[in-house]
Amino acid sequence: MPQILVEGLVKTYRVAERRPGVWGALHGLVRRAYREVRALDGVSFSIEAGEIVGYIGPNGAGKSSTVKVLSGILTPDAGRVEVAGRVPWLERAAHVAGIGVVFGQRTQLWWDLPVVESFELLGAIYRVPEAERLRRQAELTERLELGALLDTPVRQLSLGQRMRCDLAASLLHAPSILFLDEPTIGLDASAKLAVRDFVKRLNRERGVTVILTTHDMDDIEALCSRVMLIDRGRMLRDGSMAALREEGQGERRLVVDLEDEQTEVADADARVVARDGHRVTLHYDPRRVPTAHLIARIAARHALRDLFVEHPPIEEWIARLYREARA
Amino acid sequence: MCESLALYMRYVGVSLRAQMQYRVSFVLQVLAQLGVTSIEFFTIAVLFARFGALEGWSLPRVAILYGLVHVSFALAEALGRGFDVFPELVRGGGFDRILLRPRGAAFQVLAAEFQVMRIGRLAQGLAVLVWGLAAQEHAWAWSDAVLIAWAILGGVCFFGALMIFSATLAFWTVEGLELMNVLTYGGVETAQFPLDIYRPWFRAVFTFGVPLACVNYLPAQALFGAATPERVLAGWLAPLACAAFLGVSLLAWRAGVRRYVSTGS
Repeated sequence: MPQILVEGLVKTYRVAERRPGVWGALHGLVRRAYREVRALDGVSFSIEAGEIVGYIGPNGAGKSSTVKVLSGILTPDAGRVEVAGRVPWLERAAHVAGIGVVFGQRTQLWWDLPVVESFELLGAIYRVPEAERLRRQAELTERLELGALLDTPVRQLSLGQRMRCDLAASLLHAPSILFLDEPTIGLDASAKLAVRDFVKRLNRERGVTVILTTHDMDDIEALCSRVMLIDRGRMLRDGSMAALREEGQGERRLVVDLEDEQTEVADADARVVARDGHRVTLHYDPRRVPTAHLIARIAARHALRDLFVEHPPIEEWIARLYREARA
Repeated sequence: MCESLALYMRYVGVSLRAQMQYRVSFVLQVLAQLGVTSIEFFTIAVLFARFGALEGWSLPRVAILYGLVHVSFALAEALGRGFDVFPELVRGGGFDRILLRPRGAAFQVLAAEFQVMRIGRLAQGLAVLVWGLAAQEHAWAWSDAVLIAWAILGGVCFFGALMIFSATLAFWTVEGLELMNVLTYGGVETAQFPLDIYRPWFRAVFTFGVPLACVNYLPAQALFGAATPERVLAGWLAPLACAAFLGVSLLAWRAGVRRYVSTGS
């Protein structure tokens, strides 16, 4: 039995439709028109204890609806969900005691008070015995280098410091599942690395299951062995990061710098996707035309100053998957 | 129960320390509230100096009505601040965080803030209440003190219920509805005077619809010398009606939470 089991999850929201203008607003008071939006349209997956799963998709794809259902704060219309043997929304209190949730955009710490006071209160809320809370706090303080921050009011922390404190706060009750919602948003490079290293270590040493939603593919590449890609409430891909990359690398880019800016570059097996002064970018499929042949042909026809071949960034591939799914 | 109370006290501690971060603003708010409510009572006193009594109610008796309603309201506002600012909590997504913690939602909203600045209104209300009681020519018994405390408890339940009803609306609409303020602030204003002066339909609404009469009018009447046994009984039972009103508000709240969990907004 996997730790998280989701089968045929469906959730439809009713969104009130507003007519424009003052009359529209008044009309809306009397009779509201609703539009149905299917946020989740039969999503299924299962996650074993100890996995780190990246959950990605464009805005409005259904990511946060899924996370809300899994964390027990949203009731779905249909489908079966079990997390650690429980149906989250039926046993909310018992369920949330075993999970941790971090929102990159919102802190759960008490804004005007020193960090340590939030930790004390959270310990009491989660019924963690005081000695146990102190032990975990000491350990997290060491791992996340919070020593100098504990007595600082939260409002004075930088975003990166606050995120480290939020991570600690969500782990004081030793949850076995951690949901991270854009944990690196707005962080500088070193703060991002600190967060990633910590999460990786937490997963490896404590076996904590991590579900990460993000738009930052670097987070995913650094942390996740598995990616689930969702759009319009449907699962588009669910597999290893390597498989996704492999699929994306079916296409490659050849960038050439021409001697003569005026030259038109064309080839039957490649298409020009960008042109910027001397520089021309072509896309081609290396399974159809060997890279060496393509380069030889183009070099024979045009005077080249420089050239290089690259993989398109994974973001581009994912953006294309979204586009194809919508087409 | 004991454990929840201990946790509640921790929350209050956190809330007090947070408010003490802004001392100057705190002191100014207390003084402002003290000033506003004092002027309010002063106007009532001036009216009575001009007209003597109102439907048989002397100024000291009205002072008891005034004191009971303001003390109750001040306590309810201090305790229930979290419900007051609840619509913002829902809009900002803060209610999700509350649901993500293994405690009752109403408990956490209640515990979220203990607003000390309400001691301005509380102090003024208490002073007026004590003055009103002292001015009665009436031998006071211990049971009167108990009835006053009991009535205040009922009043806190009543205003707490209005705040919960008001917060519950946020589950259905995000538009700031001032509707409930008509009942809270309007209720405080209305209850400063004996209900006898109002028209019967108005009296009926504030007795049976919204049990405002149970906050001070009915208990106060049980305090006065010549109270009939029925009036004494009504005075003692009135706070129970307030408690029932609070119970109804909590049922509405629970329906609201269920709606929130099924609509996700």
